[in-house]
Amino acid sequence: MADVTLTVDDKKITAPAGTLLIEACKSVGIEIPSFCYYPGLSLQGACRMCVVKIEKMPKLQTACTTVVTEGMIVATDNDEVRQARKAMVEMLLGNHPLDCPVCDAGGECELQDMAFSYGASESKFIEAKNHKEEQQWSPVVYFDRPRCILCYRCVRVCGEGMDVWALGVQNRGVSSIIAPNEKDHLECEECGMCIDICPVGALTSGAYRYKTRPWEMNHVGTICTHCGDGCKTTLGVRRCDTGMEIVRGDNRDKSGINNDFLCIKGRYAFDFAHHKERLTQPLIRKNGKLTPATWEEAFELIGKRFREIRDEVRDHDGGSAIGVIGSNRTTNEENYLLSKFARVVLKTNNVDHHRTADFPALAAALHGKPGKTASMREVLNAPAILLLGNDPTNQHPLLAWQIRTNVRLRRAKLYVINSAPIKLRRQAAGFGMVPAGAEAKAVAFLAGDDSLLDSLLDSKASDSMTRDAWIGLRDKIRAEQNMVIAFGSELRGHDIEKLVSFASTLTGAKLICLGDYANSRGASEMGLYPDLLPGYEPIASADKFQKEWGNLPAEKGLSLPEMVEAAKAGKLKALYAVGSNPVGRLGIDPFVFSKSFVVVQDMFLTETATIADVVLPAANAYEKTGTYTNTCGDLQLVKKAGEVTNTKPDFEMMVRIADAMGSDVSGLVPFGSGTHSDMGQTRGAQSGEADSHAVWLEAHNLEPKMTPFDPMAILDEIQRVVAGYHVSRVNLLAGNDQHLEIAESGASAIQNPELIVPANDDLFSSGTLGRYSKTLNSVFENKSADAEVAAD
Amino acid sequence: MASLVSHPDEVRVISKRFGQGATNIDRYLELDGYKAVQKALAMQPDAIINEVKNSGLRGRGGAGFSTGMKWSFVPKQSAKPKYVLCNGDESEPGTCKDRLIFEHDPHTVIEGAMIAALAVGSHTAYIYIRGEYRYLSVIMQKAIKDAYAKGFLGKNIFGSGYDLDIYWHGGAGAYEVGEESALMESLEGKRGIPRIRPPFPAIVGLWGGPTVINNAETLAAVPHIILGGADWYAKLGTPKNGGTRLFCLSGNLNKPGVYELPMGYNLQKMIYEVGGGIPNGRSLKAVVPGGSSTPVLLPEEIDVPMDFDSLAKAGTMLGSGGVVVLDDTICIVKFALRTIKFYQHESCGWCIPCREGTDWLKKTLTRFHAGAGLKKDIDNIYYLAENMLGKTFCPLGDAAAMPTMAFVKKFRKEFEDHLEGKPCPFEKAGAAEPVMA
Repeated sequence: MADVTLTVDDKKITAPAGTLLIEACKSVGIEIPSFCYYPGLSLQGACRMCVVKIEKMPKLQTACTTVVTEGMIVATDNDEVRQARKAMVEMLLGNHPLDCPVCDAGGECELQDMAFSYGASESKFIEAKNHKEEQQWSPVVYFDRPRCILCYRCVRVCGEGMDVWALGVQNRGVSSIIAPNEKDHLECEECGMCIDICPVGALTSGAYRYKTRPWEMNHVGTICTHCGDGCKTTLGVRRCDTGMEIVRGDNRDKSGINNDFLCIKGRYAFDFAHHKERLTQPLIRKNGKLTPATWEEAFELIGKRFREIRDEVRDHDGGSAIGVIGSNRTTNEENYLLSKFARVVLKTNNVDHHRTADFPALAAALHGKPGKTASMREVLNAPAILLLGNDPTNQHPLLAWQIRTNVRLRRAKLYVINSAPIKLRRQAAGFGMVPAGAEAKAVAFLAGDDSLLDSLLDSKASDSMTRDAWIGLRDKIRAEQNMVIAFGSELRGHDIEKLVSFASTLTGAKLICLGDYANSRGASEMGLYPDLLPGYEPIASADKFQKEWGNLPAEKGLSLPEMVEAAKAGKLKALYAVGSNPVGRLGIDPFVFSKSFVVVQDMFLTETATIADVVLPAANAYEKTGTYTNTCGDLQLVKKAGEVTNTKPDFEMMVRIADAMGSDVSGLVPFGSGTHSDMGQTRGAQSGEADSHAVWLEAHNLEPKMTPFDPMAILDEIQRVVAGYHVSRVNLLAGNDQHLEIAESGASAIQNPELIVPANDDLFSSGTLGRYSKTLNSVFENKSADAEVAAD
Repeated sequence: MASLVSHPDEVRVISKRFGQGATNIDRYLELDGYKAVQKALAMQPDAIINEVKNSGLRGRGGAGFSTGMKWSFVPKQSAKPKYVLCNGDESEPGTCKDRLIFEHDPHTVIEGAMIAALAVGSHTAYIYIRGEYRYLSVIMQKAIKDAYAKGFLGKNIFGSGYDLDIYWHGGAGAYEVGEESALMESLEGKRGIPRIRPPFPAIVGLWGGPTVINNAETLAAVPHIILGGADWYAKLGTPKNGGTRLFCLSGNLNKPGVYELPMGYNLQKMIYEVGGGIPNGRSLKAVVPGGSSTPVLLPEEIDVPMDFDSLAKAGTMLGSGGVVVLDDTICIVKFALRTIKFYQHESCGWCIPCREGTDWLKKTLTRFHAGAGLKKDIDNIYYLAENMLGKTFCPLGDAAAMPTMAFVKKFRKEFEDHLEGKPCPFEKAGAAEPVMA
């Protein structure tokens, strides 16, 4: 739209026609105060704080509802305006309790700020304040009613933003009150958006209330460790007797891909870190019992046993008697290190992890086809979105938020094909319900195979579509340009190939493969596969990594179920589970491993840990530094927020085990200076050839890392050798997300689709972490079968 | 049924059929009923609008905006249906005119709404009746039913090929819904809270369609204008203030009641001649000229023509035509408290200044009148009202602020008499309860 020029406080400014005055002012650094105005939510004009003087207008006008016009002359800070704002604050403070010294919001309260700005420091009133009792609406949401200033932000973010509509206004006049949907409590998605958006301390968090003052916390912006979306969560951290305690999660840092959004997990489910069952001491099985031990004892034992097993059977099997299982929640650096440690130190390709989506198939289908994947940010702006399978509301709450926001504010067209009437159908321009398991057939139908149409018609579904409706839906989908296609784990292997080829017939279509955990994509990309190395390089053509890492076992290793079979046959002598719980999560018979030497690194005594010979207490993602790759392929920095005494990051444990095995640690982690950092291949050192790592570091202006426990040293190597990861380091360290190009990856390989086991987590569960999160287990929706709340 | 009053100065246009049994549709037809709409059916829409424009008819709800002008803002072409709304949410203290119209002449409101619909090209009209007027909605329901039975409403009205439906809708008891955009919210089944404007109802109104919304008395005048002609109607009043209006005289008067007088009728005459003067030999203390929201006039200010412009010049408003007369036994502080109690109760609570401001005014005035006032309270009361005025979301805040400011300004002495533990001087004298108590 054309620009208009206006004068604000004697300054000429320009803004696109149609801009709200409050936004136009903000764009040139003139702040206009407001309580009820919130970008992206509907306009209210209720708080009257944003009043400004506009020439030729008899009364003060609200800048939040006024659109800029050519030649408009505005005063935002004259005496009349300041007086009006001061009076608003005075009237509010008349009834607002002045319990700021104990209020959660004290120190970060917008009403305090306004009182400070406008000097409404004396009360003109002597009558008692109107009082209403505080209410608890859910384990995580409390409402201190007298503190509410009725800005209606919570009502709107819950309704418009979340499509939950759990909050409303009751009564009128000075008795007006925000109320929950179920009389005295909330039945909702428990996202806590209402708390975060509350400008005062009216809505408070059950997890945080009365725990600390804002200024006593360190605020660390890191990436949520739960689902695969990669929201930025700001953790409030405070010292405690066992280290650093996380006391709050919020999204005060709006720079993340999630902007305003956080779900219940990102906001509250950090509490597993301080669960009373958290392991804080290594355990060694002695006389059949797991017994506390020192770290040195543990590393020595593991090093000795791993080395024996590796060398014992080396003559015939190499390291193939050792199985390694990685995690979906450890960092890229840890996963890369684990992949490398397994192959270089343990000499085995028996590497796997709990697969929740078929990323290798996507890599195979997009090999050499750049620009075909969408970032999480792109979902917010795409003109159209096709959602195949999955239920983002439960499994990818941020993706659902992006889709809803895009549909609401930018009128994007959403098409949903699903075997269940998922909540996002409410936003859909077209919803095709298919029989369970028919998603792949729907893809083939979209691609033009009409013979499959009959199999899409679900007579059981009440809103089953007719043949014509399906053809109409297909026509609409095919006509969309620059569409984002997000698909769940319903599509695997060759079906993904088919989807990619259908997408290539559309103009500008981009794909997102939906996996379940915070770093599922990272685990894939760092090569936690028996037949794939980092960057989806097949073992069979491992020249690049042979060169980087040295001699690697040539044969494809065992997948997780194959390891179980090998264990049954007595051929798996050792199992090394890093942050994973295959026994508990995948329902494996624990007695299978009774003859194996089992080492588990975990936070809790999981089902797998209980059968282990050695258990090492691990730090979680909030207690270490590294990077995560979200399900879209956006790389982000994970920052250490807290720590629990006597736990260690998996990274350090791997290095210590390698050391205890007598391996050259500098060959594993490129630390130190000069030739040592050539990871032990020694070609550089002895042949006089350049040390490629040192050259790369220099070219990128990076110093060699000084300790083998520094994950940044491995990040150096990842950025140097893993396809697609050569993004800006500065940008990464600055906390920005960067979308990775999967097309540069290796040729990958089609995997057995049965190896994918969706986590089936919903909003209130999160694998092992969810079991140890008091908050997730406390909310009442966790127990109810149908959590979907009716639309308003 | 309220008893009717009369005075020789009355010019009966809207009240012509009062007491004539016109709720009966056949009786209404005998009294020239439904002739105007048939005449309008033969007219071009623009001609109807021009006729109403030229009549000088201005909105009887209080704002006094030109009715014809309002109609002309409705776009000729619209993708969404257009609507006509009759605002019968009469709730302003001191005002009881629509009540008589609904009670005695419901068909004229229907006919006025029909003509408005023809003028703007709408096929649906709603008559919104104040929740407390339940007994009137029964009358209106019957009137609408009878009009349908005669074929005046529904498909092909009067065989003209034009379809028009009219529905009645009851309020739930909110003064705020008299504000046009809040009325639309209420009609749509939502909380009665005003909407942000622009867009104005003429462009985006009920259900998002272009909407004309007129006061019941305004619509009741329309059939008479169409039949009698714009010139005839305009000349009944003063320039720019066409016609007559229903004045609701209440308070300390010998002959209170609803009188139809020409626009521009002198207020003093209205009180002393039409209303029969102050009873019991008492003297006049103050007059609220146009419903409780209008600033009070002192006895020396009442020699003024009762039209929109003259009263604006006098620093007050014609408002809804509710003239409340106070004699010298009335405590102004108590009257101010009673007024603010109403607005505090009726504030919808949407915006800060109205929600909090009316409540603090009520609290302060309650204590003040009870004898616990402080000197600074007087200024605080004025300060609160002054800081509400013009800053609220809708005019309800102004409606509370304007009279309050006038009371303090014009009767400061009386406020001061309540100070320092002194009980209300009027209650001591054993005076009667103030009007509107």
